[in-house]
Amino acid sequence: MTSELEKSQLIHQNSDVISEVEVKASIDRFLNNKGTKSVDHFHKRLGLIMWNKVGMARNEAGLKQAIEEIAALKEEFYNDVFVPGAANEMNPELDKAMRVADFIELGQLMAVDALHRLESCGGHFREEYQDSEGETLRDDENFKYVAAWEYQGGDATKANLNKEALNYEFIKIAARNYK
Amino acid sequence: MNSSKLLRATINKNSMASKYINITLKIWRQKNTNAKGGLETYSLNQVSTDSSFLEMLDQLNEQLINEQKEPIAFDHDCREGICGMCSLYINGRAHGPETGTTTCQLHMRSFKDGDTIYVEPWRSRAFPIIKDLVVDRSAFDRIQQAGGFVSVNTSGRTMDANAIPIPKADADKAFEAAACIGCGACVATCKNGSAMLFVGAKVSQYALLPQGKVEAKDRVLNMVRQMDEEGFGNCTNTGACEVECPKGISLENIARMNREYLVSSLTSEK
Repeated sequence: MTSELEKSQLIHQNSDVISEVEVKASIDRFLNNKGTKSVDHFHKRLGLIMWNKVGMARNEAGLKQAIEEIAALKEEFYNDVFVPGAANEMNPELDKAMRVADFIELGQLMAVDALHRLESCGGHFREEYQDSEGETLRDDENFKYVAAWEYQGGDATKANLNKEALNYEFIKIAARNYK
Repeated sequence: MNSSKLLRATINKNSMASKYINITLKIWRQKNTNAKGGLETYSLNQVSTDSSFLEMLDQLNEQLINEQKEPIAFDHDCREGICGMCSLYINGRAHGPETGTTTCQLHMRSFKDGDTIYVEPWRSRAFPIIKDLVVDRSAFDRIQQAGGFVSVNTSGRTMDANAIPIPKADADKAFEAAACIGCGACVATCKNGSAMLFVGAKVSQYALLPQGKVEAKDRVLNMVRQMDEEGFGNCTNTGACEVECPKGISLENIARMNREYLVSSLTSEK
């Protein structure tokens, strides 16, 4: 029988091999894509969606649109991005393509997270959740937790929500404003 | 007219209006360290005079990618004059025609419509070209590493830095030396490919402060040894490095390094 340690080492080695295969496949995909638009083109479009709809103040309709728009942008990115050069040389465009692929996933996840949180919390303002004077409204009854989204492949809309409860021992939870 | 109105009127009249220029670029292209490089000519139109030199290169790269050509590799990071990543020899000067600026702080308003601009990488034996305009400056890292550590307790009961008295003049000089961002303009400018302004700044930064005194002797000897091993040239007191340094590091730091080196060579027990 294999020991726990050996088991974990085996799992680790396997995941290393899987990671390497996946990264290589993703590099090959970008370099052989023969698209027409630069990585920056997609990066800027993602930025515009985030700026307009997942910014400091956001609302349900905008977030839902953002999730759909990012999904469409993602498809277009993988079909139409042009990454010049080769894999085994200094290749800043390939580097950027890999990053923007991550930004697209993360940007969409940020919108998913913002949509599920039915309160105005932290530095962000959900327009639906404000009091009569325009101050933020938190909902500590239902959202006093850290949302730890579990990766389920590249689709951020399928990420699994793990709630990590926030238990305060010393401070008293109360509404905060600048008055 | 009050002063703020006057200022606004002057700004409107003289400078802030953005315009567009068309330029020709002669840029050094080199596939890798061992390949033979050469200058390639590019035309770039509709360059906003408000864009930085690096944004202009982004614009050129976008144009190249749209033509399915390989973009130009160049170094950049913070784009606000503090990281020391951007380099470039522009029209024969490190970081271009302005004084006290890095390439990212250089704007296209410093050029005229119809200008031809030459863009080359840093050139020095100790900075091999990696690709196009990108050079390997890891020799600087190795010199820093050779300098070693400073005996300051950084965990547990740390001492309040303000509790150590330091003469104002020394603190100012150390601060000025610490302004060096390690970009390598001094090496690229120097006819001898000397790194003495850089090493002088790094040696001075610690030699001037009590915290750095413990290892001061070893530090200067080790850093100078590493500097020589990396193939940097010697200083012949031309002073071009000081002129082209984006942070205005003074030649005084080279003199201080030489004094530190001399004293340490004579008194070191190793």
